[in-house]
Amino acid sequence: MTRLLSHLTQEVIVFLLAATLFIAAVVFLSGFLQPANLILMVRSVSVLGILAVGMGIVIIGRGIDLSSVAVMAMSVAWYLQMLNSGVPGWQALGWALAGVVAVGLINGFMVAYADVPAIFVTLASSYFVYGFVRSQLIVSDATPAPAGSWILELPNLGLATRTHVPIDVYAFAAAAFIGFLFLRFTKWGRYIYLMGDNFMAARNMGVPVRPITVLYYLISALMAFVAGILTTSSIQSMNVRVVNSSMLYDVILVCVIGGIGLSGGKGYMRNVVVGALLIGIMGNAMTIMDFSNVEQALIKSIILLAAIIIDGLLNPRDEQTAQQGDI
Amino acid sequence: MRLKQTLAAIGLAALGTVSLHAAQAQEAQDDPGPAAYAAALKDKRVVLVPMAMGFDLAQGWNAFLKREVSSWGGVYDSRDPNWVTDAGTQALTDLVNSEPKPNVLVVHSPDLQSYSKVLKKAHKEGIYVVLIDNPMNFPADAYVGSDWDRLGQLEAEAAVKGCEASKTKEIGLVQGDAANATSILQYNGIKKVLAKHPEFKIVAEPFSNWDQTQSRTVTATMLQQHPDICAIIDFWDGDAVGAAAAIKEAGKKDQVKLVTTGGGASSACKALEDGTYYAIVMTDVVGESRDLNAVIKYLLQSGQKPGTSKTYIYTLEKATTKEDLRPGLCWNVEDLQAGKF
Repeated sequence: MTRLLSHLTQEVIVFLLAATLFIAAVVFLSGFLQPANLILMVRSVSVLGILAVGMGIVIIGRGIDLSSVAVMAMSVAWYLQMLNSGVPGWQALGWALAGVVAVGLINGFMVAYADVPAIFVTLASSYFVYGFVRSQLIVSDATPAPAGSWILELPNLGLATRTHVPIDVYAFAAAAFIGFLFLRFTKWGRYIYLMGDNFMAARNMGVPVRPITVLYYLISALMAFVAGILTTSSIQSMNVRVVNSSMLYDVILVCVIGGIGLSGGKGYMRNVVVGALLIGIMGNAMTIMDFSNVEQALIKSIILLAAIIIDGLLNPRDEQTAQQGDI
Repeated sequence: MRLKQTLAAIGLAALGTVSLHAAQAQEAQDDPGPAAYAAALKDKRVVLVPMAMGFDLAQGWNAFLKREVSSWGGVYDSRDPNWVTDAGTQALTDLVNSEPKPNVLVVHSPDLQSYSKVLKKAHKEGIYVVLIDNPMNFPADAYVGSDWDRLGQLEAEAAVKGCEASKTKEIGLVQGDAANATSILQYNGIKKVLAKHPEFKIVAEPFSNWDQTQSRTVTATMLQQHPDICAIIDFWDGDAVGAAAAIKEAGKKDQVKLVTTGGGASSACKALEDGTYYAIVMTDVVGESRDLNAVIKYLLQSGQKPGTSKTYIYTLEKATTKEDLRPGLCWNVEDLQAGKF
């Protein structure tokens, strides 16, 4: 029995919890199991999932990127604003991507070369990106996508229309798969695990820790841009109010609850998928039951606390697993 | 001869008296109005504190008030809490404690309660408080905006009309959030009208939290769970964009009539034109701003002590449909800022 219980890592617990909720929803809510509803459910967490893929890679490397939601919203809002003002398509895209790359590089350099803790750097850059773009570069909270733009054509791609699965779901699957390939089969991916597990030892081994730190912040920023483009393609505009919402915490939650420890060095892309599915199942079931936001937040937090407590009881920290602080 | 001369003398004398009198009367006819108006309003400070500056309603009020207040010699200012209630409370507290104090606070409240304490202090300090658009449980000097219960009733009536051709009478609601007065009161109004039409059923009423993406998600779920919905009422056109996207994606643009409410900015007229919205109850920002300006001018000249009177100015509204479209029905911020209203 103890052997069985010892196999119950946080990842497995969360997966079992997700499965339990899924079965409960199927039994008690009519219409939950319909394919259209399940696709809807995955779609509702796709953007969150893409952000979590980027965040997951950063967390595995023992960093954290609090600027990803700000980069997502503001870069795309700026891009749309430029398109609306008549800037040619490629030029606008170039400027927006340059901005995203710049933020990623600055985050990386500050953490890797200036030795500023990641939480401060990314928090500061998130405020800077939001404030600068909102006050200088865009006009109001909601920036519509110009008619005929390629972003609006994304949902009509043959892949999506023929299979009746929205493009968001494919994008999430692709992002998770690319993340998996990167972490598993490239040497930089291996380096990220080494750095996250024991930074000093990796550095002494000769792993190029500083360039790789810059690399994973860059990856996170680019993932954020992709997430932003997808958000825009479904509602034809980007509303930057999302930066002040709790979306960032949901992204971190998806990573952590799925099993990617904040102390770094462990976790896989499948953890991101499981975490996203758990949030998706809860959200979808509660929407069908017409719960208000306040009630949803309450229930979500109770379920997540239960997952963490069960994990704490079954996998208590000891000398081997204890880490020197989480961030 | 003597008689003629006498009569002429009397005539001239009469003429002289009359003209003298007329000259005096003309001096007496100088209008006292403008002087009193200027004296009462000059250098009075008006500050607008909306929920945020970044959306159409606030931009409309801001543009209108800025022009009007500066034209009558007042000093206009605004604050931007950017949707954060605490920042709004902070801004109001700073204003109430500042020197020189504003004379009128125009407040767009996020909910029924949060600003009560600081606005009570404002009244004590002799500052008039005018509520705009969102009601509050606070005895302000004036409320300018919609009767949200009536607005909900208008929306429900439009939805009932929209469902005339449909066999199933199922309606879905996309509510705002559980704490905001406009959401609660619209819901009450809708229920009142639907009680009179017992064949109609509300099959789903999720919350969007005023967010477009969430509105899209909950509408898509609603349509998926209840494919026979004939009308959806979304409580704000700011997030109804998301609901419209979900309806379009489900291929139900002709089957499902979307009814919502908004400030009447040009995007609303466009949406009515292309059939995205079936009906929209416009809160007529231009008319509302004019009422607001009039109430401010009245309060500043009335001599009424702040907190001793209550006035409600409800905008006359109707559910505008495609048939009602005409040029000039909708406004845009650029025109307002240029003074074209």
